[in-house]
Amino acid sequence: MSVSTTAPAKERAPQPSPSRARKRSPALLLILPSLIFMLLLFAYPLAQGIITAFSDPSGGFTLGHWERMVGDNKFIPALRNTMLLIVVLIPLQFAFALAMALLLQEKPRLSGMYFYFWAIPLAVSDLAAGLVWLSIFQDRGYLNSVLDGVGLPVVSWLHYENTTTMFIAVLCAELWRATSLVLVIVVSGMQGIPKDYAEAAAVFNANYWKRLRHVILPLLKPSLQVALILRTILAFQTFAVAQALTGENFPLLVGETYRWYNFLTNPYVASAYALLILGISMVTAVVYLRVLRDQSQVGKR
Amino acid sequence: MTSRPDTEHGTATTAPIEVDKRPLRRHQFNRALIQLACILISLFMVVPIYLITISAFSTRQGLNEFPQPLWPKNFSTETMATFLNSTGILAATLNSLTVGIGTLVLASLVGAPAGYAIARFAFRGKDPYQLFLLFTRALPIVVLSIPLAQVFLATGLYDQPIGVILLHTALSLPTTILITSSVFLSVPIDAEEAARIFGCTPVGAFLRVVLPLALPGIAASAIFTFVTSWNEVLGATILTFSNRTLPAQVLSTLGDSPVAFRFAGGLAMIIPSIIFIAIMRKYLLNMWGTTIR
Repeated sequence: MSVSTTAPAKERAPQPSPSRARKRSPALLLILPSLIFMLLLFAYPLAQGIITAFSDPSGGFTLGHWERMVGDNKFIPALRNTMLLIVVLIPLQFAFALAMALLLQEKPRLSGMYFYFWAIPLAVSDLAAGLVWLSIFQDRGYLNSVLDGVGLPVVSWLHYENTTTMFIAVLCAELWRATSLVLVIVVSGMQGIPKDYAEAAAVFNANYWKRLRHVILPLLKPSLQVALILRTILAFQTFAVAQALTGENFPLLVGETYRWYNFLTNPYVASAYALLILGISMVTAVVYLRVLRDQSQVGKR
Repeated sequence: MTSRPDTEHGTATTAPIEVDKRPLRRHQFNRALIQLACILISLFMVVPIYLITISAFSTRQGLNEFPQPLWPKNFSTETMATFLNSTGILAATLNSLTVGIGTLVLASLVGAPAGYAIARFAFRGKDPYQLFLLFTRALPIVVLSIPLAQVFLATGLYDQPIGVILLHTALSLPTTILITSSVFLSVPIDAEEAARIFGCTPVGAFLRVVLPLALPGIAASAIFTFVTSWNEVLGATILTFSNRTLPAQVLSTLGDSPVAFRFAGGLAMIIPSIIFIAIMRKYLLNMWGTTIR
């Protein structure tokens, strides 16, 4: 309910009345601590990370760490798995979250309880989510028990040779864990859409799918855009789920960073990996913003 | 005389029979389908948690059974007790609590004033500042933790809870600032101005009027910060060696711990999140809905 009350306030507040223009100095004082803190803990490590990725132990410039990263036999699988996961997971997740939000929109009985159940994974860590699904996908796990119970052959889902089934296991765990975030963003976006629009469309004989496609989805676009960027950036950081389910057998980019840093104690190559992840995330975010903005401008014309 | 009302009643009951009941039936059918879909999705969300719970409460021999029973047949608290009593787990849980509370306090102290500034003042550089916040939010944790580990090694903060607190504060600060700013926006300016008219100083008006009104929202943001810190694995693992937080401890012993131990660890990490969502249900939509844009 208070979503609707805060939204108009947000638009009202930034317009300063003349009497409030004098209050500029306290604002800078108030944001200063956060600014200093973030420069120290973001800008400085970032600069340090870039230097580390390009310098040899004696301090000179080198591209050797990047060559070593690309030449490693787990680099291509890690890159491929990360990309594949994102390409398959994100559309599935958005379709799923949208369907869930539309179901809640119909106000079924017990919808409060459903929303609670569907939001629980929001607070579950990726490591815990991986362990949850380990109990299902491991060789003596519940999935194989059920398969065996109905007379189907059991599958070694997490065996290191079965890349496809490992992928499915990681996909399920991520779908379970991270759809809640998209759901919450989409539901709160839907609360901001006045019912009148869909009702007006219904008066003009638009059926459910037409209302969804031409009224609800366009109005939901800002929320979807935010959710898309946030979820994709977070999906590049998928790590502990795969660690818990498959150990090292299903390499992902962040997992490789962790391996190079912790087990091979090579901060240089690890920094190169970290920068690669940062670069890919940034490029993806910019592409999303470009593509989505262009489409909305085309729509306006 | 008596027959007339009867006939009237008769026509009244026969009339609805002629009404087309198909739309009503279709409506009921749709409602039933919606309920069915909701129940199926709820099962998908809840059953995995149920399964790890019965795994964590099974005997070790019970976990080797195949097929696994889908009900708590081998119920025992032995696995859970072994996990909780094993070396490092209690200390790690305490570390997690320390780090979580420290992060919560530090992020609120640094973040809430900035949130207030964004909500109430127009100042030069506000847009770049907000853009900067969004950018920092998108930074992968690994990018920060590896250089920070080297800095902390040099300054003696490595393997200390305070080092992890600093990293977690940096990670949650953008979110804290954005959430608190939307909380302060929902407190009407009029209330603050009224307090000023009746003689409060700016600080007094903030402490006596704005803060009490904003406190539930700030608490929600603080609990969210705590959960972010409680769940964070990678940074905590990289920044510590022996003073692990709970997720870092579970992750670093993952390779050589028995399956039962892992399930117990998973359940121990999940229980706080179930409680958290139960408390925060009302605030979830507010927090994510208005702040992210």
